[in-house]
This record gives sequence, C-alpha cells and structure tokens, in this order.
Amino acid sequence: MERPVPHFREELEALQGRLLEMGGLAEERVRAAVQGLVSRDHDLVDQVLAGDEPVNELHIDVDSRCFRLLALHQPMASDLRVIVAAVKINTDLERVGDLAVNIAEASKRCLAHPPVKQLVDIPRMGEIAQTMLRDALDAYVKRDTTLARHVLNEDDHLDTLKTLVFRDLLAHMLRDQSTVEPALDLILIARHLERIGDHATNIAEDVIFMVSALDVRHHQPAPAED
Amino acid sequence: MRAEAADRPDLPAKVEVDSLNFFYGAKRALEDISIRIKPNVVTAFIGPSGCGKSTFLRTLNRMNDIIPGTRVEGRVLIDNVDIYGSGMDVVHLRRRVGMVFQKSNPFPKSIFENIAYGLRVNGMAGSKSELAGRIEECLKQAAIWDEVKDRLDESALAMSGGQQQRLCIARALAIRPDIILMDEPASALDPIATQHIEELIYDLKQAYTIVIVTHNMQQAARVSDQTAFFWLGRLVEYDRTERIFTAPSEKLTEDYVTGRFG
Repeated sequence: MERPVPHFREELEALQGRLLEMGGLAEERVRAAVQGLVSRDHDLVDQVLAGDEPVNELHIDVDSRCFRLLALHQPMASDLRVIVAAVKINTDLERVGDLAVNIAEASKRCLAHPPVKQLVDIPRMGEIAQTMLRDALDAYVKRDTTLARHVLNEDDHLDTLKTLVFRDLLAHMLRDQSTVEPALDLILIARHLERIGDHATNIAEDVIFMVSALDVRHHQPAPAED
Repeated sequence: MRAEAADRPDLPAKVEVDSLNFFYGAKRALEDISIRIKPNVVTAFIGPSGCGKSTFLRTLNRMNDIIPGTRVEGRVLIDNVDIYGSGMDVVHLRRRVGMVFQKSNPFPKSIFENIAYGLRVNGMAGSKSELAGRIEECLKQAAIWDEVKDRLDESALAMSGGQQQRLCIARALAIRPDIILMDEPASALDPIATQHIEELIYDLKQAYTIVIVTHNMQQAARVSDQTAFFWLGRLVEYDRTERIFTAPSEKLTEDYVTGRFG
C-alpha cells in the first residue's frame, strides 16, 4: 500500500521556503550595508536602515508556522528536529537582520567623516560572513553536514580578521586623534560582522543536530572515561 | 495555509443547531447545544467517553430515531431547513447526510456491488457504462481506486480493514451527499491506514462538509479546521482547531487537551 504524501509534508516544505526567503533577505541586507560603507553610498545605507520590516514579518510568520505544526501534528524524530531547528534558525536570522541595521547605523556615522583608510579587511569580513550564512542555509536545504562543518571552521577565520581590524584601527587612532570617532564605528562594524558569523555558526550547528541528532555546540568533550 | 473556508465568518452555516436537548428516556444526554457548522470545512467533536459527542453527531442525520425512547428538543437546520420539522423525509435526509462508522461494514458482496447497490436503490445507477463510471469516480475520490481497480469483482470482505473503511467512504460518496458524518472512522485501524483516512478527509473537504467524532485528540488536531469540545453533554468550547490546541478560552478545554482529565 503506497503511503500518501501527507499535507504535513507540504506545510513543512512551505516552512522551509519561508525560512530560506528570510535567509536570502538577511544576507542581502548584510551585503548592502557593507557595500554602502565601502563605496560611501549614503542612499544604500539609508535603504538598509529603512527596510527591516520584511525580515521582521518573516520572523513572526516562521514562528507561528512552527508553533502550529508542533501543536497540530505532534512531530516525532527527524520531523521534530526539523521544526525545532527552524525555530532556532529563525531567531538567528532575525538577529542577522538587526545586525545589518546596526552596521548601517555605524556606517552612516562613519560616512560623516573623511575616510580613515582604504577598507580591505572589513569588506573581506563581510564576504566571509555572507558566505558563511549562505553555506549554512545551503547545508540546511541539502541536509549537508559536511558543508555545515565547513561553516564552523570558517568562523575562526572571521575572528582572526576581527582581531587584525581592531589592532590596525587602534594604531590609526593613536596616530591621529581625529580618526577616533569613525575608527570606533569601524571597530563596531567589524564586531557586528563577527557576530553575524556567530549566528551562521549557530545555524550550522542546528543543521548538524537536525540531520544527525548530534549536539556539537560549545565543543562538548566526549564523556570522560575513568 | 489550511482552513480557508474556516477563516470566513461570512459563509452561511451548512448546519445550524439551536438549543438542542436530547434524552435517552428520562436521562438528558445533550444539554442546550447551539453550534453553526460551516460548509467545506472539517469539524471535529472531541471529549471524554460519554460526553455526548457521538450522540450529537447522530442527531445531525436523525440516526438516533432508530433507538427507542429517545427524544429531541430544539432545532437542527441543514441549509436552513429544520430536519426535525414535519414533512421531513428521513430517507432523503440520510442521502444528503452520509455516515461512516467506527467499524467498517461493507456488504458481503463484491467491491463493485458495494457501491452499485446504493446507486440502484436510489435510482442513480443509469446505464451500465454510467454506473461503472460513477463507481470509478467514487473509488478514486476515496483514494482506493488504484488498489482495487483490477479486482472489482472480488469480495469486499477480502480487503484489509483500512481498505474496507475507504470502500465504505466511497459508498457514502456514491449517492452524492453534501455532508459526511464520521464516527471514529480510524479507531480500529493501524497507523498507516489511519494516515490514509486522515489524508482522505483532508482532501474531501474541497467538495463536502465533514464532521468527525474522534476520541483521538491528536487526530482532531491533524485533520480538522474547527473543533468542538464536549463535556457531560454540554458544548464547552467551539473554535478554530489551532486555537483549541494552542490557546483555548475555557479552563475545562485546557485541562482536557493537556491531558489533565478524561
């Protein structure tokens, strides 16, 4: 007897679609915020500042879909993990959307001053953060734990770059006090990008849990043997 | 999204029950029930054993009439006509309001004849090819055609329990009812056969108004758009299924759906 495709599966697919839509939007907003800073494009920065609403709407929509699926379908095993992962990924993506706004705010302040320096590491950080986000969501769609683990490794790269940016800008501030204000904002931006990497990492960890039921958060050591 | 029709309060009620009381002899089994059931929606009745949910279901096509000593007060309107009013043809009523029971009850005849019978006695058989076409249509609607198309002449009693139940649904659909009442239609079935029935219910609401009694709360949550919770012969709460299972208004409903009693 062939099993029917339950409408539960269709609703699960729809949930995944909404989550990916949200991921795409959040990623695009990070890209625009960094691009606005690098190319000193005030309009682009303003667009990011004004456009948080779609991500927020998706945040609420995804949550309510998860809530309904949990309440009405009592999912088990992998279905349960998929929905719990969606709840958590949803929160991470909403935070990424907020961080894009934070980057745009700092960029706006920064653009009121002359350039501190040619920006190299911050756009690089932006690219890495976006790639991590995209890979984490790809890993989610493809149920690909290898890609998810790759995202976890990329996070170290981003942390190293952030430390470099901090040191470099500190040197500028010590040399020339007039750069303190914009340089502080650039440090904030580097910090925000590093946080976006952390959210991508969280998503990748959720994907690994969703696929393998394996909790890899906080580098949990194997149980000690006495 | 589910429950498009359930989201539309402007739709006229398919079934409207007004201050219904029901008695088995002197015992009042249903107390002052009023409810409006919307068309093309799955409505589930839930509640602990003896709460009156099955009794209430059977008032909707006067199946209780066959139990001696029973009495009904109040009104049950279907498409604005009181089915307890004088002049109501009960046979005609039950043709419009079909029923599927807990235990599948196919006739001890072939699969084909199980459906043909109802069509013939209702003068709906038509020509030989029309009859065959109608039977195929019903079996398809009941999602069982592919499993039985090559053995329509075999006995219905040789089918599995889940198939027999879908055959009974096909039989109910054959005479083109508007409303289908289902009394615990999956309680005797295994999980896979149950899933078949649940998906079927979900698909059938496009064309029918469905009322289902189930003691399985999870099943009500999965298949229905609206849920009514009964307790001691009273209708405690009636709302969108999502609401009943996530944020019910009544404490009694909350206690029941969280498993604190019943």
